[in-house]
Amino acid sequence: MTQGCVTHSTFIIERNLASSPERVFAAWSDPVQKRRWYAEGERGSVEAHHLDFRVGGSEHTTTIIGGGPFKGTALTNDSVYLDIVPNQRIVFAYTMTLGEKRISASQATVEFLADGKGTIMAFTEQSAFFEGADGAEMREQGWKSLVGQLEKFLAR
Amino acid sequence: MSVSSQQVAVNRVFHALGDPTRRAIVEQLSAGPVSVSRLAVPLRITLAAVVQHLQVLEESGLVQTEKIGRVRTCRIEPKGLSVAEKWINDRRAFWERRFDRLGKMLEEDQK
Repeated sequence: MTQGCVTHSTFIIERNLASSPERVFAAWSDPVQKRRWYAEGERGSVEAHHLDFRVGGSEHTTTIIGGGPFKGTALTNDSVYLDIVPNQRIVFAYTMTLGEKRISASQATVEFLADGKGTIMAFTEQSAFFEGADGAEMREQGWKSLVGQLEKFLAR
Repeated sequence: MSVSSQQVAVNRVFHALGDPTRRAIVEQLSAGPVSVSRLAVPLRITLAAVVQHLQVLEESGLVQTEKIGRVRTCRIEPKGLSVAEKWINDRRAFWERRFDRLGKMLEEDQK
């Protein structure tokens, strides 16, 4: 295939968290806390994580994939913060690179809504996926099966 | 499916869906099978153009066509669409796992 192609997608994830918006926001803004849940915990080793949390600031994460067909390949996340309203909203743009190949560019918006003592966290990602990157390394890490989506599609 | 053949399959699906007319065809077919000639009418394009688009969609595995008598009918092939969906779903799952860890971290702190 010689022609390039881009596929666009939007998805939303909502979570109810028991902590206050201030506490949840700190987990996003503090580099030590952010690294714990954002970069660590995937199969593979975190090579680098730098967070400069301010509007115009950037975040860089490099993970070396620990298994599957892309074992040993670097998976890189580069983000730029576009908008920050403390305890309310974070907007950032990010690219994902597998080895030398950029596989996607996205804009993500995280909103924090107080809900009693807790927080409703709404994450919206608008992404452009580029050609030639099939995300196999992600599947290899045992990601969710598509069966549910396929069933929904078949039931339409 | 091997990694490389899977990559080729994803390329084909995304190439097929990269065109607005072909997306319109897929949308229309998701409501149910339609004959090729009937497919051309709402799209306001020639039959020859529809046939060309269908060829790309068939190669990608998104659509199947079948000739019964004189009529060629097209229908959606759900397996094909799943290749693109899988990729998007993977990204979603990536964040889901991150938020699982965030939730756990916040819970631990509260103890």
